Amino acid sequence: MSGSIVLLIVLFVLWQALPALRDVGLRRFVADADWRPTSISEPQFGMLPMLAGSGLVTLGAVLLATPLAVFSAVLAEFYAPRSAAWLLRRLLELLNGVPSVVFGFWGLVVVVPLINAWHPPGQSLLAGILVLALMLIPTVALSTSAALRGVSGDLKISAAALGLGRGALVWSLAVPQASRGITGGVLLGAARAIGETMAVVIVCGNIVQVPRSIFDPVRTITANIAMEMSYATAGHRSVLFATGLALILATGFLVAASGLLRSRGARS
Amino acid sequence: MSQQPRSAGLDRLTAGAGWLAVAAIVSAFGWLVLDIFRHGASEVSWTFLTGEPADAGRAGGIGTILVSTLLVLGVCLALAVPLGVGTAIWLSEFARPGSRRVAAIRSSLDLLASVPSIVFGLFGMVVFCQMLRLGFSIAAGGLTLGCMILPLVVQTTFAGLQSVPVELRAGAAALAISRESTLRHLLLPAALHGVVVGVMLGLGRAAAETAALIFTSGYVTRMPESLFDSGRTASVHIYDLAMNVPRGEARAYATAAVLLLALLLISVAATVLADRWLQRQTARSFR
Repeated sequence: MSGSIVLLIVLFVLWQALPALRDVGLRRFVADADWRPTSISEPQFGMLPMLAGSGLVTLGAVLLATPLAVFSAVLAEFYAPRSAAWLLRRLLELLNGVPSVVFGFWGLVVVVPLINAWHPPGQSLLAGILVLALMLIPTVALSTSAALRGVSGDLKISAAALGLGRGALVWSLAVPQASRGITGGVLLGAARAIGETMAVVIVCGNIVQVPRSIFDPVRTITANIAMEMSYATAGHRSVLFATGLALILATGFLVAASGLLRSRGARS
Repeated sequence: MSQQPRSAGLDRLTAGAGWLAVAAIVSAFGWLVLDIFRHGASEVSWTFLTGEPADAGRAGGIGTILVSTLLVLGVCLALAVPLGVGTAIWLSEFARPGSRRVAAIRSSLDLLASVPSIVFGLFGMVVFCQMLRLGFSIAAGGLTLGCMILPLVVQTTFAGLQSVPVELRAGAAALAISRESTLRHLLLPAALHGVVVGVMLGLGRAAAETAALIFTSGYVTRMPESLFDSGRTASVHIYDLAMNVPRGEARAYATAAVLLLALLLISVAATVLADRWLQRQTARSFR
């Protein structure tokens, strides 16, 4: 019963998306020039701006969060006193539970005005990247720590016996050994970023356009569903379900790849 | 000879970068949490916690919203706990380990955990609101969240059951105690901590959720009269105040402070319980 729920979800979303996949077709999602789903005479379903929005926000957030998370995990596992490492881990676990709507609200009242003062309008790709990066850090840092712990025991002793410094131990032994686990954690973060809705809908501005700079507002696939589902009917609704299906596929693929990498990394 | 100073330099550089990263992370999060509590605390009062929202949420309190939140969480747990604990018991005690069915169920639960919450919202809207004719209601929202936290409950309960020493099971089997009473009198009490921690983590996740609820439990701020009324949860309230209500920030801050405090307490309680449990486990195995 529990196991079948994921199947049910995929089937129901697919069932609702079928009219769109049949009548509109995958090609028009990328080929249509515009997003005008409610137009009666000539509806257009170009998802390119939303694809770019989701892709760029996710990429930016992952690129920003990964170095911070990896360096903090290296510090916790190899340099910091045990009590500080424990404190950091507990803190990250706590922060993992902060609701995304609270991240979004904080982004709106703190980050967006700062960006606005620097380069209007404030609600932008950059705001989304900054807030989302913060949300990803606990996920990536905790899984990196776990991967580093998995390899560090014996290595530490043999490296010390060989007279290697800790810096060399970290960069030429531990990090390469844990690279699968670290990559797995980053992919998990990316999956979370693609699926994230509330924070990006609040800080990104939600204008349908392919951004030309990081100060331009963008709309992600998830934000598009959240904003339009309440009034969508028939064909439009089905198109939104089709984008939901795309989200399941993307996150499912990332999580499966992450699981594979992390279990391989733990075994080797 | 030239190796030594370079290595020491690399060492210092790594530690420096690490401390810098930690400082950045801690200060960003500190900024967030302190900002919410500093601005929120001044608004929170007894009348705020018990009153009904007025003027689209700009005035009044969040009493009705807290009631809706608790009801949604109640429905969510009523679905997820029996189903999740049952699944975990089956996986751990009755299924043949390593069989294809077990592998299929475990990987489908992993996939379920990866489904974005907004997609749970779409699913809940079609299945609970429309097919089961629950409409925008607390019941529909709670059931949607129940599906969402199911993997978490299964995972932690399963881990709890697996940590019960094999000797206990073998001893029970040797005494010809039936599987059912072994489960009821030995395994479940021993795994109870795992269940409780799983339920609390799931509760935290559900209370934080917004995206899965905006199409399932709706926006109505009135006091719900039954589970089939629409009800607005605290997280949806924050979203609505931030996005749709000009000058709604003050009350959004206050609601966020209340929600954040509740979640921190749940999370700390779960961690403390898990730690105590772990200590007892280790104490037992070294005795």
